[in-house]
Amino acid sequence: MTAPDPRTAPDPRTALDPRSYLDRALIVPGHPHILLAADRNPGWQSLRQSYEQLAGRLAKSPADLLLIFSTQWVSVIGHLIQCDPQPKWLHVDQNWYEFGEIPYEFRVDAEFGKAYAQSAAAVGLHSSTVNYHGFPIDTGTIVALKLLNPANRLPACMVSCNIYSEKEEMIALGEAAAAALQSQGKRAIAIAVTSLSNRYTVSEIDPAKDAISSQKDDEWNRKMLELFGEGRVEDASQAARQFAREANADMRFRAVWWLAGLTGQTNRFRGRVLDYQPVWGTGAALVELEPAETEAVVHEFDEVRQLGVQPAATAARGPAVAHAKSPGPAAPVAKAPNKPNGDGPVMSSRAAEPVGAYPHARRHGGLLFVSGIGPRRRGDPEIPGVIRDDRGQVIGHDAEAQTRAVIENLGFILEEAGSSLEKVVDVTIYLTDIERDFPIVNRVFGEVFGQIQPTRTTVGVTALPTPIAVEFKVTALA
Amino acid sequence: MTATSHPALQLTPDPSPPQGPGRIVAGVLAPHPPHLVYGENPARNEPKSECGWEVLRWAYERCRKQVLALEPDVLLVHSPHWQTIIGHHFLGVREFHGLSVDPIFPNIFRFKYDITVDVDLAEAIAKEAQAAGLATKMMRNANFRVDYGTITSCHMMNPDWDIPIVGIASNNSPYYYSNEVGQAQMIALGHATRRAIERLGRRAVLLASNTLSHRHFTFKVEPPEDMSHEHVYSHGQYLWDMKVLSLMRAGRTRELLAVLPEFMDMAESEVKAGALAWMLAGLNFPDYPAEIHGYWTVIGTGNAVVEWNHATRGGTR
Repeated sequence: MTAPDPRTAPDPRTALDPRSYLDRALIVPGHPHILLAADRNPGWQSLRQSYEQLAGRLAKSPADLLLIFSTQWVSVIGHLIQCDPQPKWLHVDQNWYEFGEIPYEFRVDAEFGKAYAQSAAAVGLHSSTVNYHGFPIDTGTIVALKLLNPANRLPACMVSCNIYSEKEEMIALGEAAAAALQSQGKRAIAIAVTSLSNRYTVSEIDPAKDAISSQKDDEWNRKMLELFGEGRVEDASQAARQFAREANADMRFRAVWWLAGLTGQTNRFRGRVLDYQPVWGTGAALVELEPAETEAVVHEFDEVRQLGVQPAATAARGPAVAHAKSPGPAAPVAKAPNKPNGDGPVMSSRAAEPVGAYPHARRHGGLLFVSGIGPRRRGDPEIPGVIRDDRGQVIGHDAEAQTRAVIENLGFILEEAGSSLEKVVDVTIYLTDIERDFPIVNRVFGEVFGQIQPTRTTVGVTALPTPIAVEFKVTALA
Repeated sequence: MTATSHPALQLTPDPSPPQGPGRIVAGVLAPHPPHLVYGENPARNEPKSECGWEVLRWAYERCRKQVLALEPDVLLVHSPHWQTIIGHHFLGVREFHGLSVDPIFPNIFRFKYDITVDVDLAEAIAKEAQAAGLATKMMRNANFRVDYGTITSCHMMNPDWDIPIVGIASNNSPYYYSNEVGQAQMIALGHATRRAIERLGRRAVLLASNTLSHRHFTFKVEPPEDMSHEHVYSHGQYLWDMKVLSLMRAGRTRELLAVLPEFMDMAESEVKAGALAWMLAGLNFPDYPAEIHGYWTVIGTGNAVVEWNHATRGGTR
């Protein structure tokens, strides 16, 4: 018997196209601080605002239900699925009871819950439905539903986290959800309620001084968020064990395994990190993942691609994508509180989100050092001046549109930092096609900076992060 | 400094004189599988059974008879199912009324409770524990739902619910630091508990709401009381349970405490949550044989009802 040719064998992942049953997937924190005590800490307040912005988008979603997995609902014999059609209670958190009660009355899609339990049982998982008055819904599920679905517009399906489950079981549980959605003909917003690093500060603290428990945990969180920001759910799933060991990830980061199973174990997402903040020492982030036709980024070594062969299965999933050329929106990273009157990082609320763990700018010694800024717009997956074909592949760019968008972003950042374009003293311009674009960029630059007269350097580069062609790096008077 | 040489881990009895007329009259290892309440069919529990786990339920009956004969005026229970992050928390409201639904086994435990709390004693313990360097907090929200571990241990010891309780949460420090650090905290809390009881003049019983070995089956049994499925999860787990029970029977509690950190890892023992160490320190490390009322399994976990009857067996403090 001859082994199948890996270049032509069908890719089992192509059987599962999340776009048909998944509106989007979210990773959200479930701390009661965000719902009940946001005003005590700027980071908690920021998470609250990010939650509310997300809720605004969900209010327009055509999805049929919210499918929610919470690490705070623990089970030990298989998985439990909530099937009380209208659970109602006055909830008090077991740790932060002084924040007050959370009254809730949710809508549950019990029909789907039963279908999900059957689907899980069909693949050999132990699963049970629960429908009992007074069943204690966990704080994480409550916080997420209250903030994401405040008017109960969409019904929910809630599933527990088995504390002994291994990766394979969690993947199967996610796949069972996908199968149930497909069999029911429903579209879901999948919500994984989980912290990132989960080392709480074990003493009373001044909430205003909340910080991630260690630099190491913070660095690991940012590494995982970089993957999510690039839509690399499968890569995050593969890294989860190490992340759990290094940063004491919440419930060993089982939530991402569930998401990976639910979404076909691929990197085919447009990812956005909406926020990242500490909550009592733990890492709390909001991530939005939209299913896409093509993989956002292919970083792993792929022999077939390296040989230049285009196998049928790969073609079905979309053409190969060059390294560091993302067809999706770039990966933003955390918001951090600005310090308007002193040295330190500056985060803009209007410019496009950074694509890594750095601020938009940093004020130091009377100067404002601005990070490399491209043309992307905040919250918009489409990049100004990027030209795509019918399949979404980048086939060209409009250098003038990109340059003007870059300068607009710069204006946002400088204004929010208390500076302005008029205070710019030095500019470095990076162009991916300097021969073609230099005259165009030079003209637009002259229109804006001709009277201001900053120094300038222009450099040709082979590529920039995300599929952009123009980037400015500036220094300004603070 | 090695872990075992840390002052907090020194397992020597507290030599100081009693702080007042109060006394701990007994300590009980009082495990809390809700299956035991389910098997008893009390009116307060909605689901009903045919039978189940009689060895443990009858063990509780024997223990209950002896302990209640001591006429305690308060039961103190340390439960692993109220888990806290910042220090050690105490129920701090005089009356709790509500419905407790077990989030793990809702099919067998939906219990209506009316609980009276000895808040004065709880506050006194919190104060003593703070003085010993522990973080403490009083839970003052009357809408707080009391956990099923607290309820099960208290119900099995006193089904009439006519004695006030002190409810103590389980701090998660062994999960953040180490078994040894967690146990050191529990020993400090045990001594603080005893000092407060003595000062306030209470006749108190300590209930350590812990299972022994804690690996359990991962499948559901129908009906839950089908005892043909019940056996210890593994031989290794049984050996560890017997080692621990043998030390209890021999009155070697300080040796027992020395091996508990290893027991926690080897048998996934629930004593990691700290109740047993707290109780033994509260009893000031008794050196007389404990009375094993019964040992059996619940979904594969090892459970024993064990009594240290200070009043009749010679406990001095």
